[in-house]
Amino acid sequence: MRAETRSKRRWHIAIFLAPAVLVYTALMILPLFGTLKLSLYQQVDQQQVFVGLDNFRTLFGDPNWSESFWRALKNNTWFFIIHMLVQNPIGIAIAAMLSVPALRFKGFYRTAIFIPTILSFVIVGFAWKLILSPLWGIAPDLLKMVGLKHLFHPWLGKEEYALTTIALISVWQFVGIPMMLIYAALLSIPDEILEAGEMDGITGMKAFWKIKLPLILPSIGIISILTFVGNFNAFDLVYTMEGAMAAPNYSTEVMGTFLFRTFFGHQTQPGDPNMGATIAMMMFFIILTGVVIYLFLIQTRMRRYQF
Amino acid sequence: MQRVRHNLLNRALAHAALITYTIIALFPVVIILINSFKTRKAIFRHPLQPPTPDTFSLIGYETVLKQGDYLHYFQNSLIVTVGSLFFILLFGAMAAFALSEYRFKGNTLMGLYLAIGIMIPIRLGTVAILQFMVAAHLVNTLTALILVYTAQGLPLAIFILSEFMRQVSADLKDAGRIDGLSEYRIFFRLVLPLVRPALATVAVFNMIPIWNDLWFPLILAPGEETKTLTLGSQVFIGQFVTDWNAVLSGLSLAILPVMILYVIFSRQLIRGITSGAVK
Repeated sequence: MRAETRSKRRWHIAIFLAPAVLVYTALMILPLFGTLKLSLYQQVDQQQVFVGLDNFRTLFGDPNWSESFWRALKNNTWFFIIHMLVQNPIGIAIAAMLSVPALRFKGFYRTAIFIPTILSFVIVGFAWKLILSPLWGIAPDLLKMVGLKHLFHPWLGKEEYALTTIALISVWQFVGIPMMLIYAALLSIPDEILEAGEMDGITGMKAFWKIKLPLILPSIGIISILTFVGNFNAFDLVYTMEGAMAAPNYSTEVMGTFLFRTFFGHQTQPGDPNMGATIAMMMFFIILTGVVIYLFLIQTRMRRYQF
Repeated sequence: MQRVRHNLLNRALAHAALITYTIIALFPVVIILINSFKTRKAIFRHPLQPPTPDTFSLIGYETVLKQGDYLHYFQNSLIVTVGSLFFILLFGAMAAFALSEYRFKGNTLMGLYLAIGIMIPIRLGTVAILQFMVAAHLVNTLTALILVYTAQGLPLAIFILSEFMRQVSADLKDAGRIDGLSEYRIFFRLVLPLVRPALATVAVFNMIPIWNDLWFPLILAPGEETKTLTLGSQVFIGQFVTDWNAVLSGLSLAILPVMILYVIFSRQLIRGITSGAVK
């Protein structure tokens, strides 16, 4: 009797788990292994042949490939640095202001500032393309209003500015996420702590730097890793604004566009699933490294701040 | 006294900064919307002015609605989003219930296995996913997109839902068991209704990324029949580069559904984020 109910229970567990595990395994885990496998094979005379690490050797050894790879990685790193230096501090600053006690219209600010985050890359990309277009002239007009017209350049078309411009547009789009997460973290700080600080004369800006900021460090850690994963996986905005060729002259190339172009091919070069898989594996290792550093170095050290 | 004045100043500064940033956040959207209702001449002469009776024109919308199959794209996006959300919530809640309710061998391991996908983007498996879809004859079907988004959404859904399900009182479930309810009934009748707020949070989190995704529609379902609104507007707007009325109206029509969803669900979304569901 006992054994019977136990075995019955086991069936429930399997049935509850099965659909999720099946879909997840078939479309998330197996494709990752499939991609790993593809990266170790090459197409020779209509046949997939095992070549070991040859594709990785090509990626790093062949100047045609390695140049593109390092350019994509360098650009992607710059893309990430801009998000860390601009998006996250702005997000934290807005959250800090929103948490000023008795501030009115909080809900309005929060809702409005989050709007760009819900728009698709396509909308954001085209909207900014129009606004920055020298043809339409909204950007030069606005600069003229503040007497800075000479600063205007067709930023998206210049190699030296295009990547930074796109990164800043992406920052504009995603500021809402650090804002929300930090705002939530600031709300969760117990009042007693802040009051105790006030007794000791720590208020205003000082309270933010000395009390709140250390307490929200774990959330800043989460935001950093989310930014890292999101940035090294970025593709859509560059594709929408500059196309699969990452114009001008590949200057806006990130890992995502490099993968897409290699996989699908472009004008002069046919698509290559094996090299595409190789690049995807490199992205996997980069993201994994970031996640492991976060989990083992950052998160474990930050535990002590939690209450 | 000094303290009060100090607070007032702080608040005024905070308002000034927040208003400035709100303008930066909304300006591009507003510019697109107001110009979509203007004549071509007015778009270029006075881009910053709202439409007046003189400059008002719907010519862009006429072009877009005549040429683009917006309604069809919209329908595809709706099917994909609603379908994916349904399976994410159903399968996610079932798995979360198994993990939080029963003690069995490999429970922790299974939890970790399912959590990998929270951090590793599903896009990295695209090459193999496409091969799988080709082999299963699912390329250019909405089913392919629903399957991929379900797999993409499950890890975080399971993580959040099992946190919430642990809080459902054990007494309640045991009472159900004594009354002879099967485990399935306990799940569907007792537990699911109690975690409805968590289900809503998960749905709102997943809704926007699925609706806005460009990568998978571009790779798995680029055919005319299966284009989603995001991919459709990308292709469509790209074709009209020189017809500014059409481009602006196309953009406005793409903004509209997301804004409606946001207005309906923003409270849920903000509550979800700020309640610490993702900490």
